[in-house]
Amino acid sequence: MFKRIKQMIIKEFIQVFRDRRMKAIIFGVPIIQTIVFGYAVTTDVSNIATAYYDLDKSYESRELARRLESSGYFTIRYAPESTGEIRELLDRGKVLCAIQINSGLKKDLKKGIPTEVQVIVDGTDSNTAIVAMNYVSRVLAKYAKEMGTQNIKVSPVKVDVRTRAWFNADLRSRNYNVPGVIAIMVMLICLLLTSMAVVREREIGTMEQLMVTPLRPIELMIGKTLPFAAIGFFDMVFVTLVAVFWFNIPIKGSFMFLSLCTAIYLLSVLGIGLFISTVSKTQQQALMATFLFFAPAVLLSGFIFPIENMPEIIQYGTYLIPLRYFLVILRGIFLKGVGIDILWPQMIALFILGIVVLTISSLRFKKRLG
Amino acid sequence: MNESVAIKTSNLTKIFNGNIAVDNLKLDIKKGELFGLVGPDGAGKTTTMRLLTAIMEPTSGEAWVAGHSIIKEGERIKEKIGYMSQRFGLYEDLTVMENIVFYADLYDVPEKERPARIERLLGFSNLTPFKSRLAGKLSGGMKQKLGLACVLIHTPEVLFLDEPTNGVDPVSRRDFWKILYDLLKEKVTILISTAYLDESERCTRVGLMYKGRLLMKNEPMTIKKSLGIPMIEVWSDDARNAREIIRNSEGVKNVSIYGDRLHIAIDKREALDDIIGKLRSEGIEVRDYREIVPSIEDVFISMVDKR
Repeated sequence: MFKRIKQMIIKEFIQVFRDRRMKAIIFGVPIIQTIVFGYAVTTDVSNIATAYYDLDKSYESRELARRLESSGYFTIRYAPESTGEIRELLDRGKVLCAIQINSGLKKDLKKGIPTEVQVIVDGTDSNTAIVAMNYVSRVLAKYAKEMGTQNIKVSPVKVDVRTRAWFNADLRSRNYNVPGVIAIMVMLICLLLTSMAVVREREIGTMEQLMVTPLRPIELMIGKTLPFAAIGFFDMVFVTLVAVFWFNIPIKGSFMFLSLCTAIYLLSVLGIGLFISTVSKTQQQALMATFLFFAPAVLLSGFIFPIENMPEIIQYGTYLIPLRYFLVILRGIFLKGVGIDILWPQMIALFILGIVVLTISSLRFKKRLG
Repeated sequence: MNESVAIKTSNLTKIFNGNIAVDNLKLDIKKGELFGLVGPDGAGKTTTMRLLTAIMEPTSGEAWVAGHSIIKEGERIKEKIGYMSQRFGLYEDLTVMENIVFYADLYDVPEKERPARIERLLGFSNLTPFKSRLAGKLSGGMKQKLGLACVLIHTPEVLFLDEPTNGVDPVSRRDFWKILYDLLKEKVTILISTAYLDESERCTRVGLMYKGRLLMKNEPMTIKKSLGIPMIEVWSDDARNAREIIRNSEGVKNVSIYGDRLHIAIDKREALDDIIGKLRSEGIEVRDYREIVPSIEDVFISMVDKR
């Protein structure tokens, strides 16, 4: 039995590595996805055009302006003389953010009592507005701390405030996206390779030939999934290395734990791949079916759009998407450094999902022609 | 079940959505026979093969292959048979050797016996020089021989070959049949299907299959004699016109053209002179003529015509 499985696996590997297109999928997909999500898709904000309305006109207020600029987040373009001028600059889109320093800043800082700084942001770009708010707060808080003041209160104006969990001290969207790439890529590669490998045998006629050998369905299934699980695993390690050493994304949790979770995730992904292979007659059909599943799965997984913002019915639907759980696990491991004590519900959900999908697929995966 | 029987079917029937593909098939094939299943496309040959190799379940009836029931003991049968499907799937991105070794492992061929067996199979199929060539780069005939080598690696008792020479050049076909005769010497039972009726004359026994039914099964010579009416062969450079002239003449039952030859089935021998006379009087040059034993093709056509 093991000899047969071993030979199936060897054969799959030979075939994959002799096929130029397959090689492109295995190595190209992770590279492209990591680059796209690491560099191109970014919600980071830098060099925000800023108006600085200084009513205090003290050394301290000028020092604050210098610090805001040297943070790299803000570029002070205008020094308006009135609130009316601020409004005009914002309305015309000349600046995205205006910071108003009220007179009394110097006094308050000296006394070490709370002081107030007003930040006015263009709320039409809610994401940038929130990010800008956060940046201002941090620069001010740091300055206040150095001056011995308890804090500087930032009072926002015109901000459509939405709470969002940022476990991301640098506020870099890259840290949030790149770990997610692991989940998406492992899914895409395993779905494609598994479903294509089975359907290809049917297309070229070797499936009928395999059926008359003593090869059992379970052996065929293992032979058709294990190699791609290994490749999926390799891609996970690859993207993790790129994330940590190229993008300097910290991995706070344990790599061993990440590997364990990936293995559980693979159960359901391979199960879906096998399922697609049982409903497809040609490789084109398998490809179509893969993307028919893939696109909504990514959109509904919470990778791009928060699940909480979706209509309730659709939210229930997302429970069926393995990606959803694995994304929580990945971000938990990378950004929060949490372990099994926190992530067990997702792990159990993934495990159950995996067993159910694998069972359904193997029931459909019969050795007779019908 | 009798020890000397390799394949036995009893009322084997397969129906696909109301279409009868195999209709109450009754077959007995003895060990060491080379049985040819002959018939046009859609006669039910492939379905019969699939039923007997236990990769398809019959609608009704039963069959035994190498002593095992196809319904209850399908997996036991698989160890004892070799099956080359119509579009035998080789892994074209694997080499000749890799293909053979793959099947050797699937059949658990012991490591010790392997080198000798592989060498022998490569030898008789003349593939030894192409050991490390990708299967996809072989010619059609070589692919077919590699396919045969793959299904023979575990020395099966019964060999099923579904139209193995379809689309293969005449020289390779001849080689292929030579290999089959060598196998017969080793007491392998072979069930071969073919749409080439001339090929079926090389079998020890032939079954004529048409629309799911077995019209007749017997030794090729017996089948040919079974037509029971004389047949003459006429050589003429103008075969086409000759046919038109005698087609509806008295005493002529059937005329078919084979190149510059005509096969004419006639009522009785006495009609022979009349026919030749008529052709000559119409200005057709008859180079030669003789009475012949009808070919299986002739028998088949006349049987199908009757229905």
